[in-house]
Amino acid sequence: MTVPLQSALDPGGPKAAAILHLGWFLLITAIVAYVLVTVALLYALRRATHRPAAFDDSDFDEPNRERGRVRWVAAAVAATGLLLLLFIFVDVTTARSLGSPAVGEPLRIDVVGHQWWWEVKYPDSANPQNIVETANEIHVPVGRTVSIKMTSSDVIHSFWAPNLDGKKDLIPGHETRTWFRADSAGVYRGQCAEFCGHEHAKMAFFIVAEPPTQFEHWLESQRSGAATPTDSLAQQGERVFLSGSCAMCHAISGTSAGSNFGPDLTHLASRRTIAAGTLPNDASNLAGWIIDPQIIKPGVKMPPHHLDPGSLQALLAYLATLK
Amino acid sequence: MAHANAIPAFDDPDDRPGMLTANEEDETWATLTRTWDEGSGLWAWLRSTNHKSISRRYIVTAIVFFMLGGIEAGMMRVQLSRPENSYIGPDLYNQIFTMHGSTMMFLFAVPVMEAVGLYFVPLMIGTRNVAFPRLNALGYWMYLFGGVLLYVSFFYNTGPDAGWFAYVPLAGPAYSPGKRLDIWAQMITFTEIAALIGAVEIVTTVFKQRAPGMSLNRIPLFVWAMLVSSFMIIFALPAIVVSSSMLAMDRLIDTHFFNPAEGGDALLWQHLFWFFGHPEVYIIFIPALGMISSIIETFTRRRIFGYPAMVLSLISTAFLGFGLWVHHMFATPLPQLGQSFFTAASAAIAIPTGVQIFCWIATIWSGRPRFTTSFLFVIGFFLLFTIGGLSGVMIASIPFDLQAHDTFFVVAHLHYVLLGGAVFPLFAAFYYWFPKLTGRMLSERAGRWNFWLFFIGMNVTFFPMHLLGLHGMPRRIYTYLPEMGWGNLNMISTIGAVIIIASVCVFLGNVWISLRRGVPAGDNPWDASTLEWATSSPPPSFNHLFIPVVEGRDPLWDARDGELAVVTGLRTDRHEGLLTSVMDAEPEHRYEFKGPTILPLILAVFGGGCIVLAIFTPWGVTLGAIAAFIILTCWFWPTISPDYDTPRTR
Repeated sequence: MTVPLQSALDPGGPKAAAILHLGWFLLITAIVAYVLVTVALLYALRRATHRPAAFDDSDFDEPNRERGRVRWVAAAVAATGLLLLLFIFVDVTTARSLGSPAVGEPLRIDVVGHQWWWEVKYPDSANPQNIVETANEIHVPVGRTVSIKMTSSDVIHSFWAPNLDGKKDLIPGHETRTWFRADSAGVYRGQCAEFCGHEHAKMAFFIVAEPPTQFEHWLESQRSGAATPTDSLAQQGERVFLSGSCAMCHAISGTSAGSNFGPDLTHLASRRTIAAGTLPNDASNLAGWIIDPQIIKPGVKMPPHHLDPGSLQALLAYLATLK
Repeated sequence: MAHANAIPAFDDPDDRPGMLTANEEDETWATLTRTWDEGSGLWAWLRSTNHKSISRRYIVTAIVFFMLGGIEAGMMRVQLSRPENSYIGPDLYNQIFTMHGSTMMFLFAVPVMEAVGLYFVPLMIGTRNVAFPRLNALGYWMYLFGGVLLYVSFFYNTGPDAGWFAYVPLAGPAYSPGKRLDIWAQMITFTEIAALIGAVEIVTTVFKQRAPGMSLNRIPLFVWAMLVSSFMIIFALPAIVVSSSMLAMDRLIDTHFFNPAEGGDALLWQHLFWFFGHPEVYIIFIPALGMISSIIETFTRRRIFGYPAMVLSLISTAFLGFGLWVHHMFATPLPQLGQSFFTAASAAIAIPTGVQIFCWIATIWSGRPRFTTSFLFVIGFFLLFTIGGLSGVMIASIPFDLQAHDTFFVVAHLHYVLLGGAVFPLFAAFYYWFPKLTGRMLSERAGRWNFWLFFIGMNVTFFPMHLLGLHGMPRRIYTYLPEMGWGNLNMISTIGAVIIIASVCVFLGNVWISLRRGVPAGDNPWDASTLEWATSSPPPSFNHLFIPVVEGRDPLWDARDGELAVVTGLRTDRHEGLLTSVMDAEPEHRYEFKGPTILPLILAVFGGGCIVLAIFTPWGVTLGAIAAFIILTCWFWPTISPDYDTPRTR
């Protein structure tokens, strides 16, 4: 079997690790309780088959036997109660330790849920203008706490990257927060966990945990506007983008395209996937996606586009420059 | 006995002033048959108000919905059996899982439990009909129309597609245009009415119509379970009445209860829905516990150990069941301390459940079980439900739930709880009570196939889902990418679903053949202890020839050496029953049950028609109120029997 891309059983940070730890405790306790109940049941069944078949009340009139059973049942109930107290203690202790991030200045990221993609922003507290906007791919520095502020622009979504953290809902009209930390570099997949309509199944994202210097480098390159195309094919592609329907939904900073209905495409070519984690980001997939996204993701808000082959080639060449 | 003055009730056969002769008994039987006869043919069928004929329809309808829900489940399993399967697209898939959840919860589980209760409670407490026979008929028609509305819409591609929980804003007017969600909301209205009617029937019947001598501490545990569950319905349903009405208003007349842009709140829906939705689970589960008690008692031939503890457990489960709803909302921004209380409550409910399981084991311990199919399903209940209960405690933990919530882990959990905790007991109950319902035994051989296939299929289907959930597979996704690594486990799960379907086919075949060629059952084939077995199988329209007098918790075992003492002196030439006191069941009054009438069906057609009309225009509500007023006026028009107070001499 292939190793699952996203799994709560393979933690990449302290939060998921603590939850997994708790999970093992719960599982082992549950197995012990299950075995005890099952053994008691099977023993009762086996023992009981040696008794007389007819209805016989005498057994109950024997006070010693009756008292013995009362004791057994009372002991089992008491054991259940004690086990549950232990459970609540362990649960609350774990929950408290996960409640607030560890020391250190956290990296702040804002996430907005959309049907069916993730808008990601890196605000700069010093300069509010200096904001980095991307989609479906969250780069974070290894070892640093990441504090995420979330809301939704439409329906309820839920942010879940099981290798790093449990879920947190994105609710329109509410602001929710969570935090996580990735302790080892890697690409962690996550996806929407609250049913959000047609393409709930295809609303994934990636968290890319990189060494801090590499992360800073990435952030810097994202902060810059889009590169101006130099070759003529790409220039033609830019015209296709700006004069066609693309610019009605998508923004590319440094151009006149400024709509934020769909994902920001300023650095599209730097992303690993398109269509919210659905397809690898390469020219052929991108071409198929532009021509008819409804085949890949039926119900998605992006309409089909009837482009002649030349325009499509030009558009793809332009999009490839958006590194 | 104190009540002997009111109505002659004889608790000791030797004290009887005179035994009834066989001739007198035959005469009474003939008169009662004439009095309670509802005629035959379609017209009589539509007018029927006999609790048994209505419950039979209820049970059959619920089984039909169970099969429809099962077919939907099978389609989902086919779609998910391999990655990027193109068998069903997202639009249909979302409708199907919504239909599956709504069908199983609203059209199968709750109605079938109520239906079994409405059939057996009157028989078990020794009365002739439920308290309000016409209302009972209305309940069935409302339920039927609600289900038909949902399925007709579904076949016209207008099935709801926002989940059985219909979270707003997705279910609101902005993100679910069209009529799909309006149909869902009105289907809820129909089933709310039906469920509340059933609950009121059971509470009243149990409180006021028990056979003389059946004091509260002698009620069969199944009847206790139905009583507790009915109280839960009465307290839980108003929350969904309010929320589904608010949703319908948001969608129909532009109110903004749930619209954050206009000061509404999306989380309000979740609180209201789960304040109903979690107790709903116990509304389904508690009657199942009662069935288990009945069956264990019969097949171990021992009185249930710890009767008071069992009753108190049922009641405390019901109370705690109302304090758990937030555990569906751990991922929402609610204060952590507040959430912890719900963790504690969710854990605490394991205690009353544990008490019952331990008491049953103690009962088996002292008895000698007969391993009938019914009893096998009870053992299956222990083995499966305990898994679901323990995984339930696991997800009561907030941090763990944040990983498991809305994944296949929860799908596994809830199916272990609902199949293990409700469907297995239902199968057990079906094998147990089928002889009473039909007069014939189900085949034990086919029953064993039925059991083993279901038991194996259930585990093959749902056990892998625990792992799938932890491996990151969310619920309610119509497909997944091949590289996710979920393909193999999903394929195993789909194979399990095929085994379950095979099991249900064996069951249906067993019913079909046994109805025709089954061994005749006789009155009491299992040598059971409760009153439903004191009459013929199937019971006559008036249930018991004479209202029995109860002297203990297990009337038929207590009366082993003699015959059951009975009440005489009730009129047999009209639908007369006995009202008794709430605590001690001392006879208080005689009471005339209403007879058959077409009015419930008319009210259901016009009232229900207006509920459907309200999907399209608010005028449906106005017209519905007028129609209901007129029909109810006819319904309640006083009719006094001319000879109501005339004493009759035998």
